[in-house]
Amino acid sequence: MTNSDPTTARRTAPVEQRVDAIQAALEERGLKPGEFIVQANHLVEERWVPENGARIVAKAWADPAFRERLLADGRAAVIELGYDMPRHHRHLVVLENTAAVHNVICCTLCSCTAFTIVGLPPDWYKDLEYRARVVRESRTVLKEMGLDLPREIEIRVWDTTADTRYMVLPMQPSHTVGWSEERLAQLVTQDALIGVARL
Amino acid sequence: MDGIHDLGGKQGFGRVRHSPEAPAFHEPWEKRVNALYSLAVRLGIFNMDEYRHAIERMEPRHYLSASYYERSLTSLATLCVEKGIVSRDELERRAEGAFPLALASAPGRSNAPGRERFAPGDRVRVTSEHVAGHVRMPAYIRGKAGVVVSESPPYPFPDAAAHGVASVDEPTYDVRFSSGDLWPNASDAAFVHVGVFQSYLERLP
Repeated sequence: MTNSDPTTARRTAPVEQRVDAIQAALEERGLKPGEFIVQANHLVEERWVPENGARIVAKAWADPAFRERLLADGRAAVIELGYDMPRHHRHLVVLENTAAVHNVICCTLCSCTAFTIVGLPPDWYKDLEYRARVVRESRTVLKEMGLDLPREIEIRVWDTTADTRYMVLPMQPSHTVGWSEERLAQLVTQDALIGVARL
Repeated sequence: MDGIHDLGGKQGFGRVRHSPEAPAFHEPWEKRVNALYSLAVRLGIFNMDEYRHAIERMEPRHYLSASYYERSLTSLATLCVEKGIVSRDELERRAEGAFPLALASAPGRSNAPGRERFAPGDRVRVTSEHVAGHVRMPAYIRGKAGVVVSESPPYPFPDAAAHGVASVDEPTYDVRFSSGDLWPNASDAAFVHVGVFQSYLERLP
């Protein structure tokens, strides 16, 4: 890596060595980063996965009373199903797609997402291109990403600038009415939960 | 701050690097960084607002060239140095090279006086302010008019919480803007909803 810091003449250490450095410093101070990394990796690999959102969507499709609770108070409804949301995510707003309305989520300032529900954000969500463009050129960006929406569909872009979190409730494909929740959940992708795809 | 991080509506970027089922992580060290910053938050070394602001304070060329998790690492290291957990010298000695950190912070501010409570349907305008410290008002809504859609529970006020300034929690409002108002004749037709802190809003007749 070339030196990207104009305030120093020394060559910048490779990023992995910088991670080792801060981890070793925290270790020496007795903060046990090694133990925490093991726990955190379990959470990001096993627990905070898009399959959570998929099961929530499937339940909402199959159970109209749950769907109402989910739309009225998303946080309470997902906690009712046993999913967790960090304390600072005090509000989960569930955005219902319809034949006339399409919702899509972004974070122009950083990378905020309901990560315990829709999974950790994918790489493209955090990239400069998506953050810069989707609020201004939503229809163009969605089309480039493979979702060509008819002109009569209204687009609503949700910029996650505060600690309120969002999840898209996709439309249920008509041929899947009557399927089991388990089978329905298989249909729902992270892209659909963020709103860059329809099912 | 009107920082390099405030990307909404910036032009000149190319296509989104999209793939189905895209990964959140590419390298094992990225997972370690993600864990280490959450450990620091959990231990109370810094809060999420301080964490976000230290990313925003990165030297702009470094911000733009760094990967997502390198930005995360830089914020973590910057705050550990600023809070006196570790010195930059120690980090550079251990890393065997330079360890670029974020630049110094400007002062923060507390909640706006005379904040108003809004209801869905109220017409509001985002205040036309330029804030030197941390702020969660993207520049593309500054001074723009919109309609309140809903109110959130109260949250810590980022402009204060990122700087250790005393403040009270306040709600955010989901405000609906029309893309045509945000970028007249220069955007795709859409509604853009932004979570706007109460302190950034004033009532329109």
